[in-house]
This record gives sequence, structure tokens and C-alpha cells, in this order.
Amino acid sequence: MPEGKFCNKTPINTEEQLKATLGDKGGKQYYEEMNHLDVDSDKLWAAIQKTMKSRTKTWLEICAHCGLCAESCFLYQVNGRVPEQVPSYKIQSTLGVMVKKKGKVDNEFMQMCMETAWSKCTCCNRCGMYCPHGIDMGVMFGYLRGLLYSQGFVPWELKIGSGMHRVYRAQMDVTTEDWVETCEWMAEENEEDWPGLEIPVDKVGADIMYTCNAREPKHYPEDIAEAAILFHVAGENWTVPSEGWEQTSLSMFAGDWECCKDNVLNVYAALERLKPKRAIGTECGHAHRATVIEGPYWAGRPDGQPPVPYIHYVEWLAEALRTGKLKIDPAKRIKEPVTLQDSCNYVRNQGLKNVTREIISYIVEPGYFVEMAPNREHNYCCGGGGGFNGIGLYREQRNVALRKKMEQILDTGAKLVIAPCHNCWDAIRDLEEEYKIGIRWSFLKPLVIKMLDVPEHLRPTEE
Amino acid sequence: MYDFLTGPMLWATFIVSFGGLLVRSVMYVKGLSWQLDRVAYRPQMKYGIRGGLRSILAFIIPFRARLWRVRPGFTLVFFAFHIGLLVTPIFLEAHNVMLKNAFGISLPTLPTGLADVLAWTCLAGGLFLTLRRIAFPEVRIITTFYDYLLLVITVMPFITGLIARYEMGDYNFWLAAHILSGEIWLLALPFTKLSHVVLFFMSRMQLGMDYGIKRGGMKGTDMAW
Repeated sequence: MPEGKFCNKTPINTEEQLKATLGDKGGKQYYEEMNHLDVDSDKLWAAIQKTMKSRTKTWLEICAHCGLCAESCFLYQVNGRVPEQVPSYKIQSTLGVMVKKKGKVDNEFMQMCMETAWSKCTCCNRCGMYCPHGIDMGVMFGYLRGLLYSQGFVPWELKIGSGMHRVYRAQMDVTTEDWVETCEWMAEENEEDWPGLEIPVDKVGADIMYTCNAREPKHYPEDIAEAAILFHVAGENWTVPSEGWEQTSLSMFAGDWECCKDNVLNVYAALERLKPKRAIGTECGHAHRATVIEGPYWAGRPDGQPPVPYIHYVEWLAEALRTGKLKIDPAKRIKEPVTLQDSCNYVRNQGLKNVTREIISYIVEPGYFVEMAPNREHNYCCGGGGGFNGIGLYREQRNVALRKKMEQILDTGAKLVIAPCHNCWDAIRDLEEEYKIGIRWSFLKPLVIKMLDVPEHLRPTEE
Repeated sequence: MYDFLTGPMLWATFIVSFGGLLVRSVMYVKGLSWQLDRVAYRPQMKYGIRGGLRSILAFIIPFRARLWRVRPGFTLVFFAFHIGLLVTPIFLEAHNVMLKNAFGISLPTLPTGLADVLAWTCLAGGLFLTLRRIAFPEVRIITTFYDYLLLVITVMPFITGLIARYEMGDYNFWLAAHILSGEIWLLALPFTKLSHVVLFFMSRMQLGMDYGIKRGGMKGTDMAW
């Protein structure tokens, strides 16, 4: 059986296919079908020839096999330092072999590649910082994922994830109506406590267009309310688009480049339509990477920039605190040991390492902030990045992967972890669930709201 | 034999080696793709060059990058090995005599004692690099026969050179062997991963440009390599 009903080389493009694939609980039939999936070697080799240019070719060729990348990889560290977890080995034995064999590889090899690409690498890009030749194996694994996806060798959840993005242009089944209704609901729900609170939809010419992660309308609508409250208190002229509000990209984790492009163009179209001065995205790492860092390239923008300045939530928050748009009541600052999780996707991948610390300086009583070691761009992945959190097949491996973050947090002695990234937030929640080390974790928005010094005219009138 | 090896053969070696390395460099740059690499090389050239140079400097200056600081022992041997490989042949008195005879020019030359130390350092460094390939599982698993071959090609000119220099055995034989092994090393540069003599700079520059443009440089934060 070359192509399965669920496991095949065709992306999910309709709601019907999506529901059918979702109905295959845990991907039982999907993975069974994968055992019989044929490899289209000609297509694979043609794709490699077309897309593997001098950068990647040189990376594969000049790797000196020095092994210095080993210790840089947290998965190598937490898996008993087995040599099979050395980044260089992982990429040479997968992409390297695929190229050497000119795409003439078999099903078993492709399944091994799939396991390596999604359970032995989170594309955190840390190894690239420790290779003397500047070989970024995280980037190469991202590339390998694309090749695997095009051949149908992708974990079940990510096939569905990119299908969601194809069908709903969101990582979850949230329609335009659902989204707009959620915004209205959240505005009403909080109106009493925050008089005048609005979530303006499709306002043309606002200063800020806000975009988020579909999990927020789907599972944590209070996150949208919190964003609205902070914009409201800061006196910002802002809006959300009815279409193009979702900036995440499970398709990036899946390696579905066509879908990545489609989704980011959808967000950019909202920018063209609403003409805001700038855009701000929520506290999510990969969403920022997809829409702001890599997105311009998928969309074919030669300057590598989104159509309008597009910043991460932490940049806006730091600015609002710096300029006094938001004021913190010093008595309500955090007065317990607290640490900060640096998200790979906007710290190692966009250098946003100082703004988060600036925020900390406003919201934490001096002396209580404890850095993880190492930190900033040298920090380790939360353990669940690159889609790892969501793949049932690799749950065990993911749980082992969490141990590095657990050790780092335990070493700080802090019981509170600030995690301004959905993926990191999830991973830290799961690590508490799995290892019970007695920590709490939080996004920035709820913390800041609790300690705001709200101007008189914005407070509810007491009658 | 000596005349052939230091005459036509040497010229051919230089042309193939340096010409080949030049071709590799040009091909590398020509093969970059802003869209596939996702780096706006041209429009953001200023940021790119800054990031690229920072990236190269961080790794050619000992103990500058965090990688070099967390492994001081390796770093010392690694730099000593590379400095010896590069400095000894270029500034060796015996090599500069040939240069003087051919063109009437000469570079400053190393005192014999220092040249000896550098040459022995290269041998010791080569031995260390070989042993760690055998001893450490994380290096062993990625090591191939080809890696050992390249180490042999690289240290052979030093072994033969030292034998000739101490006049052990037949001097003329070892001198010819030395010249030949040096030529083999030069010829191997463009065709093997020894091409990192130039591609190191290319690859580091590329990743540095990535960081200088897309991954933080344009946000005003420099990568702390």
C-alpha cells in the first residue's frame, strides 16, 4: 500500500479530511499506514537539488567531526550523553545520508529520520553557537523536516496541526466568527471592572494591531482580556483584525512551507487592510518567529521585514513601563525569588534578551530576581520546543527532555518562573506535573495586571 | 627529482590549490540564496557585515567565544595546532630562502628554535586530535577513515620536515618526501574538507550575517558568541 488513507504525501486541505484524521485516535492507523508508505526518491532528490544551496551543502561537507557540539545539546546532556545524541551525528546520519544516497532511501530510513528530526532536536539552534564552523544544525533539522513532510513522514499531530492551519488559518478550529465573538465576550465580561474596556475589531488606522495564538480564544480567553486591559490602561489606540489574527505556525514545526507562506500572507493582508502604525504579537515564541522573523522570507519580502514594524509583546511591555504608560505600584512588586525563561525563538533568534530583564527591573523587588545558568542566548530550550510538546508518540522522550529545565530552575531556588512564551509555559507546566518540584509559572500579563497602579479615571466607580 | 618538485610541480600545486580555493569561495557566495537561507544579505548589508565580522573574530581569537572558554584545554591545543600549521611553513627560513632565490624577496623568518617548537607543537596537536577521536565516544561516533586520512595528510609535511631537519636517514630522500607531502597537503585543500581554510571564514561570515541581520543585530543586540 503506497499511500495510506491518513498517512500519505498529500497535505490536509479540507475540514472533512481533518476530522477523519483526528478521528483516528492517537494516530493508530496513521502510524500503521506509515510502515507501508513508499518513498518517492526522484521527487526527494529533485527537492534537495532545488533547495540545498551552498550554505547547507557546505555545512554538511566541512563538519570537522570534532564533537564540540555534543555538550551544547541539552538532549545529549539529559539522555546519558549517549553518542547517538551528538548533534553532528544526528544530522549526518539523517540529512547527510539522504544527500549522499541522492534520495535513494527506504521507508525504515525515513522513519528513523522522522524520529530524529522531531524527538531528538527541538530546533533550538543552540548547537550553532558552539560550532567553530558556525554550522547550525537546528536550521538543518528544520530543512530536513520540510523534506520529510513532503514525503508524508511526519508525526500525526503535526500533520493535523498544519491541516488546521490550511483549513482554518489557525492552529485550532477557531473560525472568524468564533474569534470575533470571543473578543466581544471578553470585553463584556471585564467591562465592569474596567470601565470603557473595548476590544476594537477591524479598526482602520490604529496605532497597534494585535495578533495572538489560537489557543487563547480556544482555551485561555482571559489572555485576550488581559491584553485588552493592559492596552486600555496604557491608553493605546489599538485593534485586532477579524481575519489574520492568528500568528502561530504549527506548519513551521511540521515543515509545511507552503502553508507557512499562506498563513503569514494572511496576517500581512490584515496589516495592509487595517494600516496600523505597527503590530504587536502575544507572549509566544514560535508565533513571533513565524510571523516576524522567518515570515517575511516565506512571503518573499527581500528586505526581510514585515510590512509594518512588528514587535513581540515583551518589547511593547518594556516600552510601556519605561515611558510610564503603565505604572507599577512598588508595594505590589514580586517579593520572592523568581526566575525567567528565555524563549529560544525570540532570544536566540532575535536577540530580545535585554527587554525582558528591563521588565523584571520594574516588576520584581530588587534582589529577588535569580538568573538561570546559563541564560540569554546561551539558555537551554524549555524541553518542549519545535513541536515536541504536542507529539504523543514522543511523550516519553519529551518528559526526559524537561529534566534540563527542571535542573536549571531548581538551581535558582526560585518557586516562580516567568515564561513569556506559550511553548515554554506549557513545558514548565508539564514538568511540574511530571516531576512535582513545587513551582508556579506565569505569563507576564497576569503578573503585571495584579501590580498596576491604575489611574483614578480608569477605576470602576464605587456606588 | 628535487628540481621537478620545486619547479613545475610546485607551480602547478600553487595554481591548483590557490585557484581551487578561490573557486570554492566564489561558488560559495554565488550559491547563497537570501530566500532559502532566510537572510536579507544585500538590503541589510551593513548589519550583515558587522555581524559577520563579529562572528569570525569571536572564533579566531582564543577564549573569545564561550565555546573556547568552557573548554580551555582543548582550546589551547587547538589554537597551538592551527598556529603552528600556518606560521611554520610561511615564516620558515628554509622556505624563505627559496622565495629569495626565485623572486628576490623574503618574509621575516623564525629563529630555528622557535620553528622547531612550532613544528613539534603541530605534531603533538595532531596526535592529541587523533587520540581524542579514539578516546571520546562523542567524537568516535562521527569519526570516519577520511578524518584520519586528512590528519595524516596534514601532519606528514611536519614529520618528513623534522626528519630532514635533524638529518636522520637519507637527507635527499626525506627532503623530497617533505616537499611532496607538502604539495599533497596543498593540493588537498580545495578538494577536501581542508577547504575550511577559506570556507571557515565563509560559513562563519554567513551565520554571523544571519545573526547580524535577522537574529538580533537589527534589534540592536549583539550576539554574545
